[in-house]
Amino acid sequence: MTVSPELDASFRDAAAAEGLLDVAYDFADTPVGRLLVAVTDRGLCEISYDPEPERELDQLARGFGARVLRSPRPTDEARRQLDEYFAGSRRSFELPVDLRLAREFGRAVLDELARVPYGELTTYGALAAKAGRPRAARAVGTVMNRNPVPIVLPCHRVVGSTGALTGYAGGLDRKRALLELEGAL
Amino acid sequence: MAPDLTPDRMTAFVGMMEAVSVPPFERFYEEQKGPVLAQLRRLLGRHDADDAFQETFLRALRAYPSLEHGRHLRAWALTIARNVAIDTARRRVVTSADVPDLESVDEPLPYEELRRLTADLPEKERAAVFLRYGYDLSYEEIGDALGSSGEAARQATSSGVRRLRRKELS
Repeated sequence: MTVSPELDASFRDAAAAEGLLDVAYDFADTPVGRLLVAVTDRGLCEISYDPEPERELDQLARGFGARVLRSPRPTDEARRQLDEYFAGSRRSFELPVDLRLAREFGRAVLDELARVPYGELTTYGALAAKAGRPRAARAVGTVMNRNPVPIVLPCHRVVGSTGALTGYAGGLDRKRALLELEGAL
Repeated sequence: MAPDLTPDRMTAFVGMMEAVSVPPFERFYEEQKGPVLAQLRRLLGRHDADDAFQETFLRALRAYPSLEHGRHLRAWALTIARNVAIDTARRRVVTSADVPDLESVDEPLPYEELRRLTADLPEKERAAVFLRYGYDLSYEEIGDALGSSGEAARQATSSGVRRLRRKELS
């Protein structure tokens, strides 16, 4: 039997309103493609490019708990700020971020990454130094590659010591597009 | 890793683990929402089924963290739905004497006839007959719904049916 869109939406809203979800997620359409945006009660926990929901739901469930449900309302604020960012009217995000899955060094690096300003570039080595391990540029690269919330935590602003864009989990075209949007290239 | 864990066996092993692990709620909901709504419509009619649908999946969400494996999830969902239907039916039996019936606006339901037939029965017999023949509940479930035993529910039902037969003959 087909469940009407109204009934379906009303359950998804109620589930979030009653505080029964470990993770609420939805999709956002942006100039760099469709993103999956997921939040917990602590904050934004995932943004992913080219989402493959089957795989990602399993990952979210393993990390945060099995009550993972597509529910638009809890993700509204994050999607609104992303829209503003892509429209050029927002330069920094005001969103709590849930980094509970990041380990010690990874956490320190992500905290430093959050401080890299809009439109500016930094290097893997500089970020490693700020996080207390100046020789760990390569490890910083790994942390960037696994950044759970790209765009909001701006790993696109991190480049090689020669200025080469180097790499990006969402692909170099997107890294370039984000940096052009910010006027950094 | 054991030497005999060939890629094929590994695939089978992973498949087995996935089959028994609790799936993300989204997947559970997408797989069970159709069957749950069908059962609720059958038990309650269209109007009450929508409210009961939401309540069923909210209860499932509350209980979800205590699930230990992902087996028999269809049966689990339908059991919750049935319990919600019983609660809904109990509330409706209690209030139906005074409250005009809203469902009948949409479409005539099979239990409308039953409601008319049983209008003059004593309250307990009326509720029991209603739940047995209108909702197809077992005597155990009727006993649960009415706060008595299955045996008491069976007696109330047959006593109600006898009274209806006498009325029909007279």
